[in-house]
This record gives sequence, C-alpha cells and structure tokens, in this order.
Amino acid sequence: MDDFKELFFIECDELLEALASGLRKIEESVATANQPATIDIETVHAIFRAVHSVKGGAAAFGMKDLVTFAHRFETVLDEIRSDILTADTKVMAILHRCSDFLADLVAATRQDIAANSVQMEELLGELDTLISQDEEESFSFVPIGLDLVEQGSEASTTLPRNSYRIRFAPDADLYRTGNEPAALFQALQKLGEMTLTPDLSALPVLSEWSLSQPKLAWVIDLASDHSEDAIWSVFEFVEGCCSLKIEPLADPAAEIPDPSQEGDNIIALPIAAQSASNPTAKLDSKPETEQGTTIRVNLDRVDRLMNMIGELVIKEAMLSQVIETVGLAENLDVAAGLDGIRQLADEIQDSVMAIRAQPLKLVFQRMHRILREASDMTGKPARLITLGEQTEVDKTMIERLVEPLTHMIRNSVDHGLEDALTRERRGKPHIGTVTLSAAHRSGRVQIELSDDGGGIDRGLVRKLAEERGLIAQGATLSPAEIDQLLFLPGFSSKQEVSAISGRGVGLDVVRREIMALGGRVMIHSTEGQGTTFSIALPLTLAVLEGMLIQLCDQTMVLPITSIQETLRPTPASLHGIGLTGRAVANRGDLIPIIDLGLSFGLRSERSPLETGVLIVVETDSHKRAALHVDGIIDQRQVVIKSLEENYGRVSGVSAATILGDGNIALIIDPEEIVLSSAADGARSHKLMMNG
Amino acid sequence: MLHSMSYNSAGKRDLIAFKLADQDFCIDIGLVREIRGWTPTTVLPHAPDYIKGVINLRGAVVAVVDLSARLGFGPSQPSLRHVVIIALHEGRIVGLLADLVSDIVTADESQMQPVPDLASNAAREFIVGMFTFEDGRILRKIDLAQLLPPEAELANT
Repeated sequence: MDDFKELFFIECDELLEALASGLRKIEESVATANQPATIDIETVHAIFRAVHSVKGGAAAFGMKDLVTFAHRFETVLDEIRSDILTADTKVMAILHRCSDFLADLVAATRQDIAANSVQMEELLGELDTLISQDEEESFSFVPIGLDLVEQGSEASTTLPRNSYRIRFAPDADLYRTGNEPAALFQALQKLGEMTLTPDLSALPVLSEWSLSQPKLAWVIDLASDHSEDAIWSVFEFVEGCCSLKIEPLADPAAEIPDPSQEGDNIIALPIAAQSASNPTAKLDSKPETEQGTTIRVNLDRVDRLMNMIGELVIKEAMLSQVIETVGLAENLDVAAGLDGIRQLADEIQDSVMAIRAQPLKLVFQRMHRILREASDMTGKPARLITLGEQTEVDKTMIERLVEPLTHMIRNSVDHGLEDALTRERRGKPHIGTVTLSAAHRSGRVQIELSDDGGGIDRGLVRKLAEERGLIAQGATLSPAEIDQLLFLPGFSSKQEVSAISGRGVGLDVVRREIMALGGRVMIHSTEGQGTTFSIALPLTLAVLEGMLIQLCDQTMVLPITSIQETLRPTPASLHGIGLTGRAVANRGDLIPIIDLGLSFGLRSERSPLETGVLIVVETDSHKRAALHVDGIIDQRQVVIKSLEENYGRVSGVSAATILGDGNIALIIDPEEIVLSSAADGARSHKLMMNG
Repeated sequence: MLHSMSYNSAGKRDLIAFKLADQDFCIDIGLVREIRGWTPTTVLPHAPDYIKGVINLRGAVVAVVDLSARLGFGPSQPSLRHVVIIALHEGRIVGLLADLVSDIVTADESQMQPVPDLASNAAREFIVGMFTFEDGRILRKIDLAQLLPPEAELANT
C-alpha cells in the first residue's frame, strides 16, 4: 500500500506542477488581454484535471483534508470552465494561493503531519465566496475508499434527457490497474436509467480462454439528463485501457451537441477531434502525450552507473599508460583498439550524464511561488519572468540550487525592488520585474537573476560595512569591490532585519552554497536600474576537462575552462614589483605572477621563473593571473572525486581525481588561488573569500 | 554503517593491536575496514603536519593520519613495511599509519583502566583507556574521534 501511496505522491508532484504552470498561463492571458474570453479553455481543463486527479487519488487513500480542499478548489475551477465565473486578477490570486496550499497539503500528507488548518479554513472560505449561489451544494462529500469514479457526475451541466448507447470493452490493463467495471457501471447508473447488456460475441470457447486477454464487453443504453461529457468523465480514469464508444441514440432532442461540450471532447480525447462530424471516438490514446516515453529510475542506480563509468575512464587511462610503457603504442591495431575504447567510454559517459541532466524548469517553477510570497509579505507588487527553463544541468545540482535561488529571489524583492511609490516617482512600471534566466555558455551553465529595482546603494553599503568593521574607515574601494561587500558574512544592507530575507542568512551563505557546487556568483549593479546576480555553474559534478601539471614532484590538475594560454617567459618580459611582486608582460598587458608552489606551501622559497611554465588563467570576475608551475604533462578528462566526503575542504583545491597510475591528483581551484593571493597583497584581508 | 563496537559471542570485544614507537595501541575491530601496506600519498596543501596526504582506496579519496606525529612521537618515515589501517568513523573513511599490526586480541570491559593522570602528555588526548592483560601487556585504546582535524580547522587553513 505504501508503494501505491508513494506512487500517488510522485504523481501529485507532476499534477501540482501542471496546475501551477497552467495557472500562470491563464494569469498571463488575463494580464495581457482585457477580455476574459481569451482564456485558453484547454488550459482550464488541464488544471481542472490536475486538481481532480489529486482529489481522486486522495479519496482512494482516505486523505480527508486533501479531498475536502481539492473538491472545493475543483468546484471553483469548474465554474471557470463553464463560464459561470470570470477569471480576473482577484480570482487568479486566490487560485494561486490555493494551488500553493494544495502543494503544502500534499507535502504535509506525505510526511503524515497535520496541515495548517487555519489557512485551510481561510482559503476554503475564500473559495466559497467564488462559488455562485445557485450552484452551491451543501458540502457533503464523503471519501469512500477506492471508489475513484464516484465524483464523475458533478462536473456536468444539465441538459434535456438524452439517450446514449455506450460500448465498453476493457483491455487487460484496466484490470491490471485495479479498475472494476462494476464500479463504473454504478457510477453510470447515477446519471440516469441504464440498461446493461453484456456482449459475449467475442468470447472464445473455454479451452482457449486466456486471462490476460479479456474478451468480455458491454453495451449500455443510458437515458440521462447529463451531457455526454459527464459520461466521458465516468471513464476518465480508464482512458487508454479500454475501447469505448459513446453515441447518442436516434433521439431528435439529442442530435446537436452544444459547442462548448464539443470543445471538451477535443481536449479530453485528441482523437475525437479528427472525427468531429461523427461523435463516436475510440479511447485508445492518453491525452497530453507531449513527451516521448519515459521511465522513472532510482537515482542511486544512475549514480552507480556513473561511478562505474568513472572507474572505466580510469582503467582506460591505466591501460593506455601500460601500452605506452611496454612500447606497444606504435602498433596500429593496438592504437586503433584503444581509440575505439576511449571513444566508447566518452559516449557512455555522455549518455549517462544526459540521463542525470534535468531541465532547470524544476527549480525555476518553484521560484514563482517564492516570489509571490515575498511580494505579499513586503507589499511590493512583483512578477517573475523565467527564461531558458529547458537548460539542463546535473540532477544533484538542481536540488542544491533551490536554497540559494530561493534566498536570492527573496533578496531581490526585499532589497532590490523599490516600493510602489518610489517606483512611480522614478517613472517605472508599477509592478517590479524579477527575471530569472539560464543558458549554456562555454561549457558552463549561466544563471542570471536580475531585478529592475534601484540598484545597490553603494554609499549605504559602504557606510554599513564601515560601521560593522568589515572595512577600514575611508578605504579606497572600487564600485565592484563595494558590491562584493554584500557577500561578506554578517552583512545585511537592510536597515533593520526584515521578516523574509533577513533571517540572519546573508548572501555569504548563497555564495558558499554556489561555491560548494563548483560555481561562482557575480554581482553587477547599475544605480537606479537594477541589480543582476550571475551564477556560473559547471555542467556536471562528475567529470572535468583538465590540464595535468607538475608542481614540486606532485601532479595536479587545472580545469581547462579557466586557462587562457600558456607562456614560456623570457627574461625581458618579466618584471619585479617591489620586493615580492612579479608580473609578466604579455601583448601589452601586465599579468601578476602567482607561484603555485608557494601558495600551496609545497616549497618555502619562490622558484626561479626561468624554469617552468606560466599558465594564464582568468577568473569569473575577469581577474587574470599567471600561475607558475614546473611543467605541463598532459591534457585529459578527469573524474572528479570528493575530498570533503572523507576529509574536508582544502583551500585552493576544488576536488581530487585519480590518475591512470592509480595515484591521486588534486584539482586546483584557480579562482580561489587568484582571489586569495590578491587578498594577501591587498589592503583588505576581509575581502578574501575562503568560505 | 558498522557498529562502533563488536562483541563476540562471549560478550567480549575484539581489538586490533598495532605498534607505534614500541608502544602497543589498539582500536575496536568493528571500526576497521581493511589493513593495507604503505603506498606513497598525494600531499595535501595547508594540511596539519600529521596528515600524510591522501590515497586512492578503490576510487575513494582517503586521508592518512600519521599516528606517530599525531600522538607526539614525531613524524614517521614510512617505508614499505609500514601499514595503513583503514577505519570508518562517523561515515568518514580514514587511514591510520602505524608501524605494524601485531595481533587481534579479545578483551572485556573489566580489563580497561582509565589513563593514569599525567600532566602535559600529548598522547592522553587521543587515548580513551588502557587494556591490561595478565601477561603484563598493555594496549592503549585510541579515540578515533579526536584524530582527525575538526571541520572548522580545515575550513580556515
């Protein structure tokens, strides 16, 4: 039973997502057009179906609160779809909150904790005000275990009494999924007078009987006040696992179906649309099959596969090293075979990574709600625009992005956007806009969050930082450096701690979380026009293209993405700056040199620059530095292994990898090296990001 | 995860005994995953001096603690004869560098005595008790929790 429950909750997640995105779609059309008629009826149906399915499932498991709430919610949605209620901004706001609460309710039920009954009562009350008087029914819905179709009739609008002939032939799937024809018939019986005739014509002789291929069918004659819709909805849960024909009997009163009702059929059954002139349809395809076939796979299994591929890549590297040492590399057959293996390993790796990749939509969608809540709490009207939702990143990254993004959205609304009055004075639109976008950019995923608010008040930031002792009084800081102060622990630019983003969690936590994912956060702000946060993330947490370098008899890896070029310095291009500073001139630029051996503490004296190689790296903040190393060994793909799992964080090192010979090499974090070495020499030690 | 203590059928405990600077130490056998010969490690920058570096344990990156340095005997010069005891502590795998593994012994709780009160002894911090045996042998029981550097210390190096 628990398995089924879990399945129901997984399904709920999808339904809730469909509900939320459907509501947003409607809201957009409400906002853009003045006429409510532009609402896409298909979308209304989709959200109705979502709520209805949640209710159906919940009823089967006897989840009372969920059923009660979903039922009332559904009633209102039904009024919208039958044009009794107009979806204006006010109604949409209530629906949004109901959708949020429904999600909460599902989550609470899942964890088996009590729901927020105060909020529930409040929302139920608000929903009641939307339900029109004449439709109002005294609420008497009692969930009955597994009687999924029991509610099928309520969606109907009354029509003159019609006669239908229904041919119903269940497939094996119908029985396999636990549906019971008798229950369907009972539901049909509630719609009117029914004559049920079993159709035995297809039954084989007993000796050829096969349980897996049911042949029994029924012909049902039904005289009902209800529309054809109502009959379809009885069979809503068995769509796709039976063959079903509903045709009006030659009853003159029932000939012409009402147009809105036809619309219904088109949505519920795409097949019916093709045969619109003939109101019979075979229910053999599920509606809304937008995507290809998918399966649910436990993430652990994919992880195990990923680990094994990691091992495969290592073994392949080992093998090619052995072949090299025994001098077989010259042999063409061996070389070709090895190449083949390498290519295959690459392809398998890519494929598995593609399995793990998930669209950012999963996170972005949740942000709408966060924005709505933040907007409600601060009283600043705001909307969220999401772009590039289909950008895919590693599954683990998706989960770990929720926290930082949530915080950043709240921050944008709370600190970024001005209040409505100020906006008006500045001639900006009444509603503030927060834009969340994502794109693939040169091997990384770039997520940007921008607001059209007032930008960073650098004077205030500076004053606060001085007050809090984060910087020295009167220190000279560039605008960019002042912006960076926002990321310092213990910094909060709002005068007093506010309820939503000022929970003692600052942007420093956001930065730390993003850095833990191997990413960076940049900030860019224009006074009066807004602030943009950019997050650059690696595509995957598993593999990295790296340059193997030699440093004090250690092999280390430098990520290729950060490398600009490599230089062999000539004495003429080297310049000393003061006692310890050194720089290299390269095409007119002076680039500071960092002795990697020194900064890792691998040697105590700086090495002569004439030996070794300089590798020019650029950080995300466009700081450049030349890392001095003893030599370059190779360039290859390395599998990232966590250092933190068994040990802890090491400054200047992002992770480790295993080389072909089985030894471990550390993966250098150039960003951290550059930033910390700049901080060493610079005036402000506090700017050092070592978190 | 493994149990932190292993009791055999008689209610006694199995211990792995190892030598370090001619003294006998032990840890609970339940914590030990395997015992390996010494292999060269990859040096970790900014690590405390008792961290010998990291090794590859079938794909996992494992730090090796030089017990000799940690207990105040001074850094060891590991050779091929040295051993690394792979232990699991609170979900983290750690390697312990020792001179040699001498024995597996069985003892019960009554044989354990508190560490004598000696002032200013670095080793005391890492020893939870002493198992005494009738033949006069003494095994000092190591407290794994104290061996690794605390997280905070790492983050600030």
